[in-house]
Amino acid sequence: MSPKTLYDKIWDAHVAHEADDGTCLLYIDRHLVHEVTSPQAFEGLRMAGRKVRAPDRTIAVPDHNVPTTAGRENPEAMTEDSRVQVAALDRNAKDFGIHYYPVSDIRQGIVHIVGPEQGWTLPGMTVVCGDSHTATHGAFGALAHGIGTSEVEHVLATQTLIQKKSKNMKVEITGKLRPGVTAKDITLSVIGETGTAGGTGYVIEYCGEAIRDLSMEGRMTVCNMAIEGGARAGLIAPDETTFEYVKGRPHAPKGAQFEAALAWWKTLYSDDDAHWDKVITIRGEDIEPVVTWGTSPEDVLPISALVPSPEDFEGGKVEAAKRALDYMGLEPGQKLSDIEIDTVFIGSCTNGRIEDLRAAAEILKGKKIAVKRAMVVPGSGLVRAQAEEEGIADVFRDAGFEWRLAGCSMCLAMNPDQLTEYERCAATSNRNFEGRQGYKGRTHLVSPAMAAAAAVTGKLTDVREMM
Amino acid sequence: MEKFETLTGIAAPMPLVNIDTDMIIPKIFLKTIKRSGLGANLFDEMRFDRQGNEIADFVLNQTQYRETQILVAGDNFGCGSSREHAPWALADFGIKVVISTSFADIFYNNCFKNGMLPIVMPQEVVDVLMKDAEHGSNARMVVNLEEQTVTSSDGEVFSFEVDSFKKHCLLEGLDDIGLTMEKAASIDAFEAGAAQARPWV
Ligand code: SF4
Repeated sequence: MSPKTLYDKIWDAHVAHEADDGTCLLYIDRHLVHEVTSPQAFEGLRMAGRKVRAPDRTIAVPDHNVPTTAGRENPEAMTEDSRVQVAALDRNAKDFGIHYYPVSDIRQGIVHIVGPEQGWTLPGMTVVCGDSHTATHGAFGALAHGIGTSEVEHVLATQTLIQKKSKNMKVEITGKLRPGVTAKDITLSVIGETGTAGGTGYVIEYCGEAIRDLSMEGRMTVCNMAIEGGARAGLIAPDETTFEYVKGRPHAPKGAQFEAALAWWKTLYSDDDAHWDKVITIRGEDIEPVVTWGTSPEDVLPISALVPSPEDFEGGKVEAAKRALDYMGLEPGQKLSDIEIDTVFIGSCTNGRIEDLRAAAEILKGKKIAVKRAMVVPGSGLVRAQAEEEGIADVFRDAGFEWRLAGCSMCLAMNPDQLTEYERCAATSNRNFEGRQGYKGRTHLVSPAMAAAAAVTGKLTDVREMM
Repeated sequence: MEKFETLTGIAAPMPLVNIDTDMIIPKIFLKTIKRSGLGANLFDEMRFDRQGNEIADFVLNQTQYRETQILVAGDNFGCGSSREHAPWALADFGIKVVISTSFADIFYNNCFKNGMLPIVMPQEVVDVLMKDAEHGSNARMVVNLEEQTVTSSDGEVFSFEVDSFKKHCLLEGLDDIGLTMEKAASIDAFEAGAAQARPWV
């Protein structure tokens, strides 16, 4: 048999139909649904008189547009549009008989955090969701695609996705990370290297010692941002760390089923002589804690660097850099570590897991914030409960952080959690686009530890100085 | 879905690179549970000031570009989120074709599901078409999907590549779901096999 990549193996195990031109119907094992990109899909089903083909493979949770403040179970507490979207999801989940975690359920949270937490996401699966950060689930060695609403409707109706196979790209992070460097710094550094279009047309497999050394939480952070590098999905081969995480989760297999699954999962790795269309290697030792200075995730630099000048770039990027500096209110040559911050946001599907909160709390212990406002939005109700139990919630509260309920919150600022004009935020989320966190708001993407450091000093700060 | 016929229309230049989905349709407009009506807020933060007044020098606000049907755009158009609201907003405004050197993957696919045609051209060609688009309403381009060509206003013809299946669906106005349902037997068979091989799923 010819050698295969991990992507090849999962792909081959899911092709339900292949046309002569290579267009495939890829069978979907898990379909995650949220309130913002699904209403039009369910509406389409109703209009055509169609059913959900596999309701027991379909899991819904409201997250993007829910309030993250106390008392939100009361519909009165929601803005009109949230209420409409959440009510639509309530009704669709009920009418079509799919698994559902309403806001009142402690298991509710960001869809990409809930899936793995509940054991819905398992190695070797195909997972889709109407959200680009579905790539997160690739951390389990699952092929996970973000899809548009038409595709959501297509998967609901047929449990398949029309796909052509992507190319294989390997991103290897060798050696060990230095202290203070985290999964977020890895994933941002990779985008800094490849650009936001560098992965277009590829599925990326992350490998190497530094990736192996990461916890599942860290691996999810890395894969989460594969999409920001343009890739169709990110993958990490499952190993003992993965199996340990999965074991005992509510929807993971049990007993003999688990053993059978494990036997297959252990075959899920790229063969030694598999073919790669593109390979990138980064030395783990070379990665520093990074921040973004512009309005694209590729605008990333080590915290020790200076704000670049548009002349440092070529082609269309010159104009884009000019525009970004103007939008961000920055001058070329300014030290990144001199940039003053108004607000700190810790949360999102990139960095809203327990490990992220622990890393931030480690820095915050016994300190007070020096920014105007700081908020933590745990990725799920269960993450929140665990943080309460570990005493982390108190560390945040004592430091002056708002301690919110689970949801996407200021990652995309659809609900009232928004930046005001020119407000400058250090955020652990994944997008620093213009207006992403609020009209004319300014976002610097960082790791949770770096966000905590910025909260304490009031400016972008090298977390290593505080360790 | 509407069939994609040959299109003769005004092209607008947007040379900015990395035009993302938040620029195309800011998320405050994602609160709808419908597909239609988003054109009014296309490029909202670039097109209107905070009071809702038009920003005069934004390209689609200029008289000659009000009827734009084709966008010629910078690299990596449509990056960012998977929201289909982006193509819905473009289509609702009347834009049926976007030409660029590259597109973000999900956006590219989403276009075809909405009767729109994203066209990838090499940098030299995009440069020529960008110049052509700067001529405003005097410059009508012709996009012929059948022939896979774009003709500039002065008659220069450029060919482009498009996936044959996607082309077929667009030309015929075919609905993906209906097509896939014709293959239900394959899906049933796959499901039965998978239940044997991976019963834990
Ligand atoms: S946290 Fe942000 S990136 Fe993640 S699913 Fe929510 S909106 Fe999308």
